Amino acid sequence: MWTLADATLQSRFLIGTALYPSPESMRQATQASGSEVVTVSLRRQQAGSGGGNDFWELIRSLNVHVLPNTAGCHTIKEVMATAHMARELFDTNWIKVEIIGDEYTLQPDTAQLLAVTESLIRDGFEVFPYTTDDLVVAQRLADLGCRIVMPWASPIGSGQGLLNLYALETMRARLPQTTLIIDAGIGKPSDATRALELGFDGVLLNSAVALARDPVGMASAFRYALNAGRAAYEAGVMQPRNMAQPSTPTLGTPFWVQSN
Amino acid sequence: MTILINDKPHELDEPCSVAILLERHGARAGSVAVAHNEQFVSRANYATTIMQDGDTLEIVAPMQGG
Repeated sequence: MWTLADATLQSRFLIGTALYPSPESMRQATQASGSEVVTVSLRRQQAGSGGGNDFWELIRSLNVHVLPNTAGCHTIKEVMATAHMARELFDTNWIKVEIIGDEYTLQPDTAQLLAVTESLIRDGFEVFPYTTDDLVVAQRLADLGCRIVMPWASPIGSGQGLLNLYALETMRARLPQTTLIIDAGIGKPSDATRALELGFDGVLLNSAVALARDPVGMASAFRYALNAGRAAYEAGVMQPRNMAQPSTPTLGTPFWVQSN
Repeated sequence: MTILINDKPHELDEPCSVAILLERHGARAGSVAVAHNEQFVSRANYATTIMQDGDTLEIVAPMQGG
């Protein structure tokens, strides 16, 4: 059991709902993941369609916490309007803030992220900021009142895994009281295990499951990977050594003779 | 007068409330959220928010996200 904002959760796996081959595949994968938090978004309503109710009904049937995002926003004004629309529509004050600064890498604009986070916290939101692995930005987000910070491991959808272990390990060490979720870049279950071994509190991913040949099987694989990583972190990973150390005791080894 | 709904032009004879526009747009209450000129409008203010010439309205619904 752990605490995310004010929610008590079993799973450390936060999962996206996009890119699946079908809604049914998304439903099954989400259930197989064991996740209790799913990310959702907003799109322009098509005239006469009534709204995205089929999707929303499906999400509600999963009985999970919903984390709306501000994907596609490039300005503070867009993020503020999107966050308020999401709060009304999804009936939650949780918001994953994405404010993109570079189209090629989808790297967040961290200067604007800090400014909009301050406004959103003032308006009563629980901000889940999507940020880079920049330590000082993460510290400033925590200073503003973020209980959760979500650094990328590598660019969104790239599946490149944990590109900067030094930065991530440093962030974990320097922000011991902040809930740190790896958001973006996880490609395979071993990436998620590594993140949890380092002491990260959870992982948020979408593409790695949705784009797998078998999304349901991959959701299950990530579930085990996260559990393994967390168990390893709690058990305490041994310190690496440069030299070999025999694991079998040498005392009483047959045929052993003192050379001098 | 012309307004933009989800970036598409719509002709109106006279200024009109967001509530009426939503009804014309076929949006069911509670299934969408709205921004007027990039500012959020809560459900409670649909009837009193009036669209003027050149205004924009975003009408959004839930969708998949990562």
